[in-house]
Amino acid sequence: MVQTREPITGKLCLVSGPMIGASGMLGVSMGEMLRVGTLGLIGEVIRINGDTVYAQVFEDTGGMMLGEPVTSLGYPLSVELGPGLLGGVFDGIQRPLEVLRAMSGDFIARGLTAPALDREKKWGFTPTVTVGQKVVGGDVLGTVQETRAFMHRVLVPPNVSGVIKSVVSAGEYTVEQPVVVLEDGSELAMMQRWPVKRPRPVVRKLPATEPFVTGQRVLDCIFPVALGGSAVVPGGFGTGKTVVEQTLSKYCNADIIVYVGCGERGNEMADVLDEFPALTDPKTGDSLMNRTILVVNTSNMPVAAREASVYSGITLAEYYRDQGFSVAIMADSSSRWAEALREISSRLEEMPGEEGYPTYLSARIAEFYERTGRAEVLGTVAEGEEPRQGSMTLVAAVSPAGGDFSEPVTQTSLRVAGGFWGLDAALAYRRHYPAINWKVSYTLYLETLKPWFRDNAPKGWLENRQRAMDLLQRDAEMQEIVQLVGPDALQDGERLILETGKMVREVFLQQNAFSDNDAFSSLEKTGGLLETLLEFYDLSKNAIENGVTLNRLMGLPVREDIARLRNESNANFADKRATVCARMRADVAAAATKKG
Amino acid sequence: MTGNNQTPAEAPLRAEYWDLTYISGPLVFLKNGGRFPSGAILELTMANGEVRQGQVLEASTSHAVVQVLQGTQGVDVKGASVSLKQDVATIGVSTALLGRRFNGTGVPIDGLPPAVVDKEMNINGAPMNPVARDKPNDFIETGVTAIDEFNTLVRGQKLPIFFGSGLPANEVANLIVQQARTRDASEQFVVVFGAMGITEREANYFMTAFDEGGQGGRVVAFINKANDPAIERVFTPRCALTVAEYLAYEMDYQVLVILTDMTSYCEALRQVSSAREEIPGRRGYPGYMYTDLSTIYERAGRIRGRKGSVTQMPMLTMPDDDITHPIPDLTGYITEGQIVLSRSLHRQGVFPPVDIIPCLSRLMNNGIGEGRTRGDHRQVANQLYSAYAQGLDIRKLMTIIGEDALSDMDKKFLKFAIQFERELIGQGWTRRTIDESLDASWKLLSLLPRAELTRIDTKYVDLYYKAGEETAAAPVS
Repeated sequence: MVQTREPITGKLCLVSGPMIGASGMLGVSMGEMLRVGTLGLIGEVIRINGDTVYAQVFEDTGGMMLGEPVTSLGYPLSVELGPGLLGGVFDGIQRPLEVLRAMSGDFIARGLTAPALDREKKWGFTPTVTVGQKVVGGDVLGTVQETRAFMHRVLVPPNVSGVIKSVVSAGEYTVEQPVVVLEDGSELAMMQRWPVKRPRPVVRKLPATEPFVTGQRVLDCIFPVALGGSAVVPGGFGTGKTVVEQTLSKYCNADIIVYVGCGERGNEMADVLDEFPALTDPKTGDSLMNRTILVVNTSNMPVAAREASVYSGITLAEYYRDQGFSVAIMADSSSRWAEALREISSRLEEMPGEEGYPTYLSARIAEFYERTGRAEVLGTVAEGEEPRQGSMTLVAAVSPAGGDFSEPVTQTSLRVAGGFWGLDAALAYRRHYPAINWKVSYTLYLETLKPWFRDNAPKGWLENRQRAMDLLQRDAEMQEIVQLVGPDALQDGERLILETGKMVREVFLQQNAFSDNDAFSSLEKTGGLLETLLEFYDLSKNAIENGVTLNRLMGLPVREDIARLRNESNANFADKRATVCARMRADVAAAATKKG
Repeated sequence: MTGNNQTPAEAPLRAEYWDLTYISGPLVFLKNGGRFPSGAILELTMANGEVRQGQVLEASTSHAVVQVLQGTQGVDVKGASVSLKQDVATIGVSTALLGRRFNGTGVPIDGLPPAVVDKEMNINGAPMNPVARDKPNDFIETGVTAIDEFNTLVRGQKLPIFFGSGLPANEVANLIVQQARTRDASEQFVVVFGAMGITEREANYFMTAFDEGGQGGRVVAFINKANDPAIERVFTPRCALTVAEYLAYEMDYQVLVILTDMTSYCEALRQVSSAREEIPGRRGYPGYMYTDLSTIYERAGRIRGRKGSVTQMPMLTMPDDDITHPIPDLTGYITEGQIVLSRSLHRQGVFPPVDIIPCLSRLMNNGIGEGRTRGDHRQVANQLYSAYAQGLDIRKLMTIIGEDALSDMDKKFLKFAIQFERELIGQGWTRRTIDESLDASWKLLSLLPRAELTRIDTKYVDLYYKAGEETAAAPVS
């Protein structure tokens, strides 16, 4: 847990934007939390020189005078973990924003503190341990109905173990009231604290074998990522990074979503807050907000808290993973975090690496991505039971300057992430959404996921995926030829590739995130749609070989039916597809008998 | 910042210090840094009695760094003294500012005495609590099809205009100010105009246009001209937005803030950064420019339970028409979309020359649809976008293979694209309601065969689509 030491107080000796210096602080360690100045702003120690410490401050430092007191708190930046996190909206250092609003109104005043978890609220705790039982870190002490659909497991903190001396009976307790006392006298409450920059331990990491199902055709079928994997989504402005992140938050198959809005727009958060409570969690039927934790540090909020926000978010995610759930963490945008690092590094006058970013950027990014994964979590394994497992999937948006993927944040992220969904401005300009460029994107999870798709996805999933990729590849080659010599130089068979390639792009790859029927595509619909398009290609190819002209085939009204197939709801899809396919076969056959 | 003019009798005795040690660019360094709070506004009194203003950027025990708003020309280390003016930079606000003109830091330049102020507010504002924000979803009808139909502006949005030198951006901004209407006519609509480094000609254009259009009394203008001190520009947008926030959130006005030209603002920021010997980012702009710009742009929005709103329309020149230049790039990452003007449309005489392909309004979906604009709005816009993009591809192809080699269908799309630019986008100074815009769009869509309209629900196609003569006559296959 969090180690503590007596506070040390010194004096402010430097103020430079988000960085401060304080002297007379001998004994303070790196990473400790500080309260700075008479306002008591929160800061974190990032450099020590003799008795002078330098810290990044998570609030605006304007108006501070040298000589004001600076107090170290004796523990590193940490978050509170316990029931009451779900549905919450926190800032980068886990202050609950609703509470701050009650304290200071519509604008955030400085120097406010508020506990992340409500200290007054009582939770119905049901113990699952008995007196005399030996417990170790990760064991479940009891359960709490955190939301209507979600059963929170109260865990022994990772580095605590012992024999239970007493345990409370089932009833209502606050998060701070001890519910279990161990023989050594230590008291365990529902709430625990954990320093954000230290990964919570697990027994072992496991290979990722199940897909992270998103309901997005281009992702589920073409570039699937595993539960416990990580994907990086770079794209210039306006290419739809945020829409991708929000859509995945709504429809993905994780139990819990941690959404980190890092240095992004305030109105987007207003959007999420307006929309999520009204939406239904597809898994439980409860409100979507009840499986979501929002960590929000908009771009105009202090820059140093941006760096903290991604760590706060991932620590919250780890806590739910340790309970045995699958958690997805959406980081929008990791570039803003990197920029915060750059800004602080530059104030420290460190020698810059590429594009002014600090030389430790790649190490930090790699450490962060490596906190994800599917894992066997801590806790005693009872005989005959499977060890508890949890997973944490990361989808990190990257905002490359000028939309150029060669910049350091994108490149470093690519080295550690298993999936790359590259967003393309040219696609976004022609309103091809999601604007994922299939020519540059990739996934490294396909091989490990193949068995799952064979067993669980519609028949022919992997084969059709490969055929679609081949078709798109040939389509791209043909387009290059057309650009040089015009379409007349192509044979009908080749032009068919162009026409079907266009259909695959428009009907299958494109998906309307704002349409009720199309926003979420079930695996059945995704598979069926692709199967239909490929069948149309096969039938047409066959017909052309038998002397039917391409123009006649392209004039078939059934093409419009195929194009509209994606607007069918998941429930109606199978029936409608059967009708369309029957018509397609009949129409193509009829065209073939007429010839010419 | 200087809205309050204290008379000498009221001014308390102030300590003066003579410890300037170093002067570089817009910065002066003082020996003792512990004297003033960080961010404080200082007065720099020169030997000849001239007074300038400065702001503390950095304070340490060994020194303080002060940026001088009016520049350091003529300042010497021996004769100049500094004294504290205010702990933080503030501006006096009240509704009496409406109709007034100020320089970049809030000193009246319209020949009238200082306005009576209600209170002093910190020009840096405070970040709006994200949970206090209300979702922007009230449609603002600008009367411009390229905006209303394709990149809808809603109240509380920040939507910049990107343009290259020589394009009629000021005219487009003026067009929007003249024509913008909200649905509820009883609401009070005002304009806060913040100008950084604009020329005398541009300043005159706007002021004359506002007066002629009858907006004069509803405009608060902060004008820093091209020949005014560059460092003042760092303060201008913040003064403008502080007044805007006051008018919106305390006085219930619907405020449109126009900030022009953000490129000059960023250049002033770069000037200060380089004088501080900071490590430069792309093209010499400071690494914190994103953060700095966001503290300006994010001051748009609406608050739950309050009536007013701040809508921002920043304008910026894209150097060399390059949208990946750091200024438009970082702006685009913060703002909720962008309106981009096109040189080729301008050359063809299309006004407003809006190139809708790179344009975007992220909040569009909130403001449109049944009950706000019309049910078919989103789908019609999508269909037109897609058809126009296809038409542009064909135009490109035509330059390679010639018009004769195009198929009949290609020719239809080509004709569509040309008419789209000339008629739908190039509406001139006529105001179109959103219904008129959509009707004009359906007229254009009649150039295309019905089977191509796959992005529009059949019910709307049935309702609005009328096949054009050519299309109806064309053979089916």
